Amino acid sequence: MASSTAIGGHQDNFAATLRTDRWWLGPTLTAAGLIAFFGYLTIRVFYAQYVWADPYMSPVVSPPLFTPAAGYKGAVPVNHAWLGAFPAWWPSFLPKSPGFFFPVLAIMFRATCYYYRKAYYRAFAATPPACGVRGVPLKYRGETALLIFQNLHRYALYGALFLLVFLWWDGFAAFFKNGKFGFGVGTFLLLGNAFLLSCYTFGCHSWRHLIGGKLDCFSCDAQSRARLGVWKKSSWLNARHMQFAWFSLAWVALTDLYISLVSMGAIKDLNTW
Amino acid sequence: MAERTFRIWRGNKDGGEFVEYKIDVGPGWVVLDCIHRIQMQHATDLACRWNCKAGKCGSCSMEINGKPRLGCMTRMNSLPDGPITIQPLKTFPLVKDLVTDVKWNYEQNKRIPPFKPKARNADGTHRMMQEDVDRVQEFRKCIECFLCQDVCHVLRDHKAHDQFVGPRFMIRLASLEMHPLDTEDRVEKMRKEFGTGWCNITRCCTEVCPEHIGITDNGIIPMKERVVDRYFDPIAWFLGKVFGKK
Repeated sequence: MASSTAIGGHQDNFAATLRTDRWWLGPTLTAAGLIAFFGYLTIRVFYAQYVWADPYMSPVVSPPLFTPAAGYKGAVPVNHAWLGAFPAWWPSFLPKSPGFFFPVLAIMFRATCYYYRKAYYRAFAATPPACGVRGVPLKYRGETALLIFQNLHRYALYGALFLLVFLWWDGFAAFFKNGKFGFGVGTFLLLGNAFLLSCYTFGCHSWRHLIGGKLDCFSCDAQSRARLGVWKKSSWLNARHMQFAWFSLAWVALTDLYISLVSMGAIKDLNTW
Repeated sequence: MAERTFRIWRGNKDGGEFVEYKIDVGPGWVVLDCIHRIQMQHATDLACRWNCKAGKCGSCSMEINGKPRLGCMTRMNSLPDGPITIQPLKTFPLVKDLVTDVKWNYEQNKRIPPFKPKARNADGTHRMMQEDVDRVQEFRKCIECFLCQDVCHVLRDHKAHDQFVGPRFMIRLASLEMHPLDTEDRVEKMRKEFGTGWCNITRCCTEVCPEHIGITDNGIIPMKERVVDRYFDPIAWFLGKVFGKK
């Protein structure tokens, strides 16, 4: 017989639980995955070299607002950047990385995503680390105080939709090298990247809400009925949001890794050109 | 028959302890069967709330090996070898042994503005199409076992009962707000009184729901999004003003 003074046998210290399964495995793997993928992509954004292997452009820098005119191996050609070379006023302590501009929208989208919120609240903030496991015994305000910015997820969605157009463009542009039609492994990686990111974006809870979830009546008029159809498709994707979040994240890293290795000359791209 | 060991918390609001019982468990038994056998053989005064034994009344909520579950729906062969720990729900005040006082939940329900139907059609009827009620019918599956309330860390760990009504009542709100005939506006209350912002979407409520209701994805997040429509999205607000609320 084990005695306990805590009412109901519930201890209140950090990570206290009577769970007998490996509840720590999920948050540990999540933390490892987030650190690995976001760490890799962050390094790539700051490194800013080998992001171009004609006709492939790494999603880490796409679409490029500026690109370095010189001094960066494997950089995006100046004529592919929207505004050309980096301006003279660009701070010297910052690398000249196109990834500092539009790709930031993707980070904002993922950072405020309802799935990733679960992932990092559990894995890093331990609020709570797992179900039925005591979280960090600090003052908790949820998303009402500092974290109220999570409500801006919808704006991040607008940014992600904008970005998606250019990622599809990159995929189709990868069929043409020096004006000649063809395809290579990188073409399919870029198209797969746009496809998986589309599945992730159109399964977003905010998108699902805006496209139809906010309606109370789906049968009231033709527009509402049309929105019901889209809402149902979005709901299908939404039920797999976690899977698409991870697959698309890994695919971005894989696509960038492939393009960088081709750009370095470490591997040869299999293609029809 | 195989002998299994149970560590059941015995006591009241002033204190108590885990007490160990050993019983023979038959094939197909659930945890509630074992508790009844313990009551019969060892502890006739062991308090445990139960009713239907079919996962539909929501009475036998307890924590089995640290997880909030229904005693009648937890099969013994689904539990690992070794002693099985059984505790009362953590979130609510203890009455005795495995019985807690869940009246706080009913008080929350009373705070929610009730269904307020729109005017009847010219023929004196209310009509709804099936596709309009499909969504809210999911929420009607709730058996009020309050496992979601128990596992919600906002209530369980942070005791924010004054700020957040909990997942069960977020889906109650969702079922009213999404109802095609309802005309009441609860969005302001959802934010300011019922605490949508206190939920941080860690989804434990969904994980423990014995009715497999998509509490987070289909209930709480859509309500948070309606709050965003009203308070955080000037574009949606502007378009609503220009083109009408859609």
